[in-house]
Amino acid sequence: MSFINYMAREINCKIVYYGPGLCGKTTNLQYIYERTNPSAKGKLISLATETERTLFFDFLPLSLGEIRGFKARFQLYTVPGQVFYDASRKLILKGVDGVVYVADSQIERAEANIESLENLKTNLNEQGYSLEKLPFVIQYNKRDLPNVADVAELRELLNPTGVPEFEAVARTGVGVFETLKAVAKLVLTELKKGGG
Amino acid sequence: MAKDQMVMYEEEFNQIQLVVDKLVKDANAKVVFIVDKNGQLIAAAGDVDNLDTTSLASLTAGNIAATGGMAKLLREEEFATQFHEGSKQNVHIQLVGNRVILVVIFDSRSSLGLVRLRVKKASEELNKIFESLLKKVQEPGADTPFGEITDEDIDNLFND
Ligand SMILES: Nc1nc2c(ncn2[C@@H]2O[C@H](COP(=O)(O)OP(=O)(O)OP(=O)(O)O)[C@@H](O)[C@H]2O)c(=O)[nH]1
Ligand SMILES: [Mg+2]
Repeated sequence: MSFINYMAREINCKIVYYGPGLCGKTTNLQYIYERTNPSAKGKLISLATETERTLFFDFLPLSLGEIRGFKARFQLYTVPGQVFYDASRKLILKGVDGVVYVADSQIERAEANIESLENLKTNLNEQGYSLEKLPFVIQYNKRDLPNVADVAELRELLNPTGVPEFEAVARTGVGVFETLKAVAKLVLTELKKGGG
Repeated sequence: MAKDQMVMYEEEFNQIQLVVDKLVKDANAKVVFIVDKNGQLIAAAGDVDNLDTTSLASLTAGNIAATGGMAKLLREEEFATQFHEGSKQNVHIQLVGNRVILVVIFDSRSSLGLVRLRVKKASEELNKIFESLLKKVQEPGADTPFGEITDEDIDNLFND
């Protein structure tokens, strides 16, 4: 649910990074944080366990510039990927405007990817959203590792409807901004449609 | 426009700001701010210059979301009020109209009793303002300024 503030002349949108544990959601936000001009970002807040697993969420506010005299602001969130944090994931999805699904390309994570994507759909449906109607992109992460599945295979499993998809190495930043831009663009396009 | 779209107009913003400004004084508070349930800052007053209100807003919303989740599991209605006591500062968090969150930060110059009393009054006023804001947003013809953006406008955002 975007928030249009006529007073501050701002439009705020919420983007959630979803995906199985250790797929690289937090790493995406860390890279974006490192590479963004200080004037365009707020603090990166991570509510994490002592072993740096996301416990509740990561949060990064970004300003992307102006559009029709309104500041376009995006609030990026990650969910905790570990299966047993499902209650928290549901909370983070509230008010979402766009979703990035981060898949772990490693062959042995195929099942975890599918399970997490199903979980995303279930949790969205519970709140009256549907993934088909939301701005949604997919990132195939960890392409640098030796044991990865072919993109064609991943596509068949995770992206049968052909939403925008990106290969990434979040640790070094490959594909990270491409993914963000794609989802931000879809969110803004949705706003445009929503007018009237 | 989406049914649950959050919008803030100048008129309502000014009314809200008045309530918030008054609450800072009446409650002897350091800072007062209002956040929507999704973590977006709506208004703030008091000694906010050295405060990261964006981060605070998101954490406040996360906090309310988490206690709201607990309430559901316990088959309670929302826990509408929270109080955190620190060694120097205290935080009073109040859910208003199940839609926005009113946060008061205060120190020993005030007291929990006073803050509670003033928050109650302010909540009622805020509730009215947000109700009328909600009606306005749902009126047909309430338009977004984004109906007319072009693909080019969107592309330009990313061109640097
Ligand atoms: N080789 C490689 N490692 C990566 C890549 N992206 C992330 N990692 C590593 O994978 C591990 C987990 O990354 P996180 O970003 O914490 O994963 P997460 O998805 O946030 O995990 P949860 O918080 O548990 O849901 C870290 O050690 C990262 O450095 C990548 O593209 N390639
Ligand atoms: Mg994480």
